[in-house]
Amino acid sequence: MTKKELIVLEDVLGTNKKIAADIRAALGARGILAVNLMSSPGAGKTSLLERIVEGLKPRAHLAVIEGDIETERDAERIRAKGVPAWQITTGGACHLEAKMVGKLLPEIDADIAFLFIENVGNLVCPASYELGEHLRLVLLSAPEGDDKPKKYPKAFTTSDVLVLTKADLFPYLPFDPEKAKSEALELNPRLKVFVTSAVTGEGIEALIDYLLERRGSLTGHA
Amino acid sequence: MHELSVVSALFSTVLESAGKHQAREITLVKIKVGRLSGVVPELLVSAFDMYKKDTIADQAVLEIDLLPFRVRCRACGVESVLDEFIFACPSCGAADLEILQGTELFLEKIEVEID
Repeated sequence: MTKKELIVLEDVLGTNKKIAADIRAALGARGILAVNLMSSPGAGKTSLLERIVEGLKPRAHLAVIEGDIETERDAERIRAKGVPAWQITTGGACHLEAKMVGKLLPEIDADIAFLFIENVGNLVCPASYELGEHLRLVLLSAPEGDDKPKKYPKAFTTSDVLVLTKADLFPYLPFDPEKAKSEALELNPRLKVFVTSAVTGEGIEALIDYLLERRGSLTGHA
Repeated sequence: MHELSVVSALFSTVLESAGKHQAREITLVKIKVGRLSGVVPELLVSAFDMYKKDTIADQAVLEIDLLPFRVRCRACGVESVLDEFIFACPSCGAADLEILQGTELFLEKIEVEID
């Protein structure tokens, strides 16, 4: 037997990145803006999506992919708003991977303008897996505390948009939205920040306008 | 904790490379892990040791080369290593930084026994 050294030089998550790049290109070519939503469990991803869907549905066709460990609950909430939704149950896995999204693509209507992908609730692992999104949103809710960005840096350094949710609770909690915002911006100065409440509707219109603008620049007619 | 998924992806590549060279045994797997890669090196080792059982990598050692978080400031041009994830140049304070190193999760090489 002889010993041999094999130089490989491959990105360990390269396969996922390649699938994600193919999805991004395929959706982009069809004029579909894909948005990946990440946060801790309970930060309000589905509630935010419900408000976005209500505001955006009269103006554009959309579809939603919901990621959870178990249950069809989130997809049912979105379908109740009259928007097609697919549920991915990972059966234990803590994040979505690009191949899971890729499998659903043939079922998704080609004439939609937006595809929202709600990741599994987890502020750590989803950050390492691109899903083919054009835009990555990270949510931080008031009850979680304004000190979270630096404790979970990767979710914030890899995102394009920060949404501070549950703004209706700001008066009742020791949560300083300015501190949360400045911590996140120290990690990632490119973050576009929105403050929203799914209860009062605060900030939802501004976020929808931004999504429409981003979709406009994707398709080349703003 | 997605280290098991990472190790599963790592094993696909490792076994494929070893297979191409008709390796009988894999003795070493060397990876580069950046500080901002999002994985915990100790957990990678545990997951690796679980995964390698009943494969030709049964006796393999996982060697991890930890890479610091290195940036270059686009304003003043200074290169620095950031200990904290504060995205500002330690030299001039500007936030316009280019990431040079620290996000890697890279399989560098494997060592195998060949007949």
